[in-house]
Amino acid sequence: MTCLPGKTERALGLVIDLDTCVGCQACVTACKGWNDQGYGVPLSDQNPYGSTPSGTFLNRVHSYQVQPEAAAPMIVNFPRSCLHCTDAPCVTVCPTGASYKRVEDGIVLVNEEACIGCGLCAWACPYGAREMDAAAGVMKKCTLCVDRIYNENLPEEDREPACVRTCPTGARHFGDLADPGSAVSQLVAARGGYDLMPEQGTRPVNKYLPPRKKDRPDQASLLAPLLDIQATGLAGWLDRVLGKI
Amino acid sequence: MNQPRLNTSPHVSDEVRKTTCYMCACRCGINVHLTSGRVSYIEGNRDHPINKGVLCAKGASGIMQVTAPSRLRTPLRRVGPRGSGAFEPISWDEALQTAVDWMRPLRETAPEKLAFFTGRDQSQSFTGWWAQAFGTPNYAAHGGFCSVNMAAAGIYTLGGAFWEFGAPDWERSKLFVLFGVAEDHDSNPIKIGIGKMKERGARVIGVNPIRTGYNAVADDWIGITPGTDGLLILSLIHCLLEAGKVDLEYLSRFTNAAYLINEAEGPEKGLFVRNAEAQPFVIDRRSGMPAPWEAKGVQPDLGAVWQGHRTVFQHMAERYLSPDYAPEAVAARCGVTALRIRQLAAELASVAFDQAIEIKQPWVDFRGDEHATMIGRPVSFHAMRGISAHSNGFQTGRALHLLQILLGAVETPGSWRMKPPYPKPMEAHPTPHFVAVPGKPLSGPHLGYVRGPEQLALLPDGSPARIDKAFSWENPFSAHGLMHMVIPNAVAGDPYRIDTLFLYMANMAWNSSMNTAQVMEMLTAQEADGSYTIPRIIYSDAYASEMVAYADLILPDTTYLERHDCISMLDRPVSEPDAAGDAIRWPVVEPDRDVRGFQSVLLDLGARLGLPGMVAEDGRAKFKDYADYIVTHQRRPGVGPLMGFRGNGDGEGRGAPNPDQMARYIENGGFYQAHVPEEAAFFKPWNRAYQDWAVQVGLFDTPQPYLFNIWSEPMRRFQLAAEGHGAVQPPDHLRARLKLAMDPLPVWYEPFGDAAEPFGFTVHALTQRPMDMYHSWGSQNAWLRQIRGHNPLFVPTKLWQQHGFSEGDWARVTSATGQITVPVVHMAALNENTVWTWNAIGKRKGAWALNEGATEAKQGFLLNHLISELLPAKGDGMRYSNSDPVTGQAAWFDLRVRIERADPPADGHSRPAFGAIRPVVPEGGKR
Repeated sequence: MTCLPGKTERALGLVIDLDTCVGCQACVTACKGWNDQGYGVPLSDQNPYGSTPSGTFLNRVHSYQVQPEAAAPMIVNFPRSCLHCTDAPCVTVCPTGASYKRVEDGIVLVNEEACIGCGLCAWACPYGAREMDAAAGVMKKCTLCVDRIYNENLPEEDREPACVRTCPTGARHFGDLADPGSAVSQLVAARGGYDLMPEQGTRPVNKYLPPRKKDRPDQASLLAPLLDIQATGLAGWLDRVLGKI
Repeated sequence: MNQPRLNTSPHVSDEVRKTTCYMCACRCGINVHLTSGRVSYIEGNRDHPINKGVLCAKGASGIMQVTAPSRLRTPLRRVGPRGSGAFEPISWDEALQTAVDWMRPLRETAPEKLAFFTGRDQSQSFTGWWAQAFGTPNYAAHGGFCSVNMAAAGIYTLGGAFWEFGAPDWERSKLFVLFGVAEDHDSNPIKIGIGKMKERGARVIGVNPIRTGYNAVADDWIGITPGTDGLLILSLIHCLLEAGKVDLEYLSRFTNAAYLINEAEGPEKGLFVRNAEAQPFVIDRRSGMPAPWEAKGVQPDLGAVWQGHRTVFQHMAERYLSPDYAPEAVAARCGVTALRIRQLAAELASVAFDQAIEIKQPWVDFRGDEHATMIGRPVSFHAMRGISAHSNGFQTGRALHLLQILLGAVETPGSWRMKPPYPKPMEAHPTPHFVAVPGKPLSGPHLGYVRGPEQLALLPDGSPARIDKAFSWENPFSAHGLMHMVIPNAVAGDPYRIDTLFLYMANMAWNSSMNTAQVMEMLTAQEADGSYTIPRIIYSDAYASEMVAYADLILPDTTYLERHDCISMLDRPVSEPDAAGDAIRWPVVEPDRDVRGFQSVLLDLGARLGLPGMVAEDGRAKFKDYADYIVTHQRRPGVGPLMGFRGNGDGEGRGAPNPDQMARYIENGGFYQAHVPEEAAFFKPWNRAYQDWAVQVGLFDTPQPYLFNIWSEPMRRFQLAAEGHGAVQPPDHLRARLKLAMDPLPVWYEPFGDAAEPFGFTVHALTQRPMDMYHSWGSQNAWLRQIRGHNPLFVPTKLWQQHGFSEGDWARVTSATGQITVPVVHMAALNENTVWTWNAIGKRKGAWALNEGATEAKQGFLLNHLISELLPAKGDGMRYSNSDPVTGQAAWFDLRVRIERADPPADGHSRPAFGAIRPVVPEGGKR
């Protein structure tokens, strides 16, 4: 059993806009690229050119079909990574203390040196956000790019998670969700950002912004014909149209 | 709590080198991080005009492309039968000498016997220049099977096109409508733009049979029936005209709507009425008299009738006000309700006219008339392959541009804007050059814009001069050639046989050909004496693609991080509406294999062949390599491949070659931008400040203002020929088709593929390219293939239920051409009569250094097997290509099929299943 901090000074996390995520997978490979050479062991791949390639990813995007009532069917693209929960079950279940939640910013991390690869945390996570690295035998998860966001070797503007930096549609936002005045908190308030699976009692820090209502064509009045063209012929129409110049 | 101490400021990399991505046609700026001399991380360049720091899934996986085991390692010579994959490594000297030995006699006797076609080439102004120097008429890149309809429809109508050559005014547009756009060209700018628009609360409407990607986030989705977009658009035009909701001022001032159409029977009928100086003119509303179209103060009268001749505007109104275009008349055909069409028309009108915007920026037009402000119509459109890869795609593109024009929504604030070097009138483009003279260069560029029948690329006997029959009566406006017809035509000897087929980055033995199985047979076809029907094939690629096995000589190219390139204003630059932009690639790492950049190899071949422009006065090679060419070559005096840092380093667009130019580009992050002045930012085709700026930076040598072509006179000239007028006459069997397809006003006709419907082929079948893969390149990428390693056929609910499909099922899909058996998946957000799959995921066993059991080679499949490069025979002995009759664009999306439930193959392999190619590189192991 590992303890969670009672309260963290900040609650850094992501706000992911499902209204603008086009499912392009850019965040997936930017994450893979950074973290393959970043915090901890590389993100290995098994049989990368073989019949059934597999590998470790800290962030994956899934596409779901949704059939709203009385509207056209939709596709919702859903990026999935660690939600850095306030009540993180992956931490409390860890037998060695390898999984922990940082006091200063709430980031949930795995201390790979202490990780025995038992996999309990992955079982405990209701979001499937942790992946055991098959080569190293240690648990990998989103670090919120802890090695970027404070990194003084990076220009200040780059001190954000790789997935946020790369997202072409700007669907991913990073900030302090404990600060009600932060841009991310305000975005959550304005757009009805929600917790993923709140019934699990994990109190995720990351929030998702729901897709806006779609397929409601403008109900403005339809265009009215200038006149009865069948009756007036083209000449009548021309007179009326060109009278407008 | 004992938190481990973390170093939150670890060393990032030893060095960052800025170059240009090449994972697709988007050409984003990238920061390549190097650690211990190796690429360790790739991210977007924040300063770059295209991607502004972001990067797509492909770009961020570039590291896996540079280390891919499928990279070719050395020149190869075929030693087994063609197609077997049996090669021996040879030296570069031997390889180049072999190529020279094959090519030299052709140049000296019959240059057309060399056919040089390039695929995903990003150096077409260079490869075209080389082919011109060689003297063969047979050169083009892959636009003919990509999206030439969009390019040609745009140039002939607007003097600019979609692709990446224009962009919505992302900052100001309030309504953005996408037609048939998958997620490829200009992909990051479009994603950035959609994100911006949604952040502002602007509306996005997707018109597409398939609701993925951009269409998935669209506020409204119109799941149109494939091939009917043109009809929908003309119905929208009907609604707008009926209500008088068109921008009359714009039409009158900036388009040829006020030109008079000759109504006298005879050879001039349907052409513009011209004055004594052979200029079209307008009737001035102030005087009621003829006046020059470009006269200061002229107020062109849209309603004029002069000596019995009516204006373009009246002809247009007469056509589209016809009840044939009423929403109620087209709804069933389009698969869109009449109400929905009327709602869309109302929304377009409301945004364009009731929500017009105004920028307080005075400007002066080409007539010298002053405008106090810039009035904007904040409606923007984008369209791409979805509407253009049909046999009615050119006219559909024209229809969409007409819709934009009627709304005043081109080059106005909030609408769709062109990127330099566009706008550029059709008349400023070359005409095709095609006369082959032994030992001589071609007299000008191969590709161009035909104005009338006399510019067709025909031999004196009237037969096509080009192997692909580009610029022939079968497809007069084939501005990008017809690469998809080269191999079939060469094997059929129609119009003639060739000797050497020289291909670059074009996977013609697989996903880039229609009718793939038969094309493989064509590539290996033999004559009675055992010789190959296409005697020699030279191929250059960086990777062990399927095409490699079908070549006789392989010239291995570098990967994108190991090479010089220029993304040039002479070609397809990285401009934005507010700035001309070009860029370079440079070797941020050196190749670790015996490979050479293809462009440098071409220059070497050119020097060995003694091609003009490639040999110095002392007889030695004029250019050391491609980098040397990029810096020192001048296309016109003072104008070269790169616009920045010319002369002493200050020259922009114009100036003598600067030996430091490449270094300056590298220092500047790999790109250069020349900013459009603010008063020149909109109304560019007519804006005097823009025209002057364009001359200043070398885009033109004189101002080139022009009017948009609602009525296309070049098209009418072909109709006239088909009606029997003029000296250059089409063959009789093409007259009816030319009359239909070359209509000078946008028209909709059934896609040719619809002819299959009465035979039970009632289902439309499409492909899309995913955002995370580009053509066939993605599958060798260790990361990307984990994201999308196989491609099911997506089936809409109606068909799913009708055929009793359930999860895990397979289907047999049959067209008039072939049959495939493939796994199916249900998808509700799909037009009810359309099935589709991801493009080019399927692989041939043995290619790309993948294991033979790879999902791409096992379940993965191509729709290409169902698509013939020819239309069904008509019994007249002619071969009609399955292409747009105007441009020759491959009509991939005309495909009609029949679908039925099938037993899953016992071996789990989709059908057809081809034997493995002997790998030319070892299978990839660990990474």
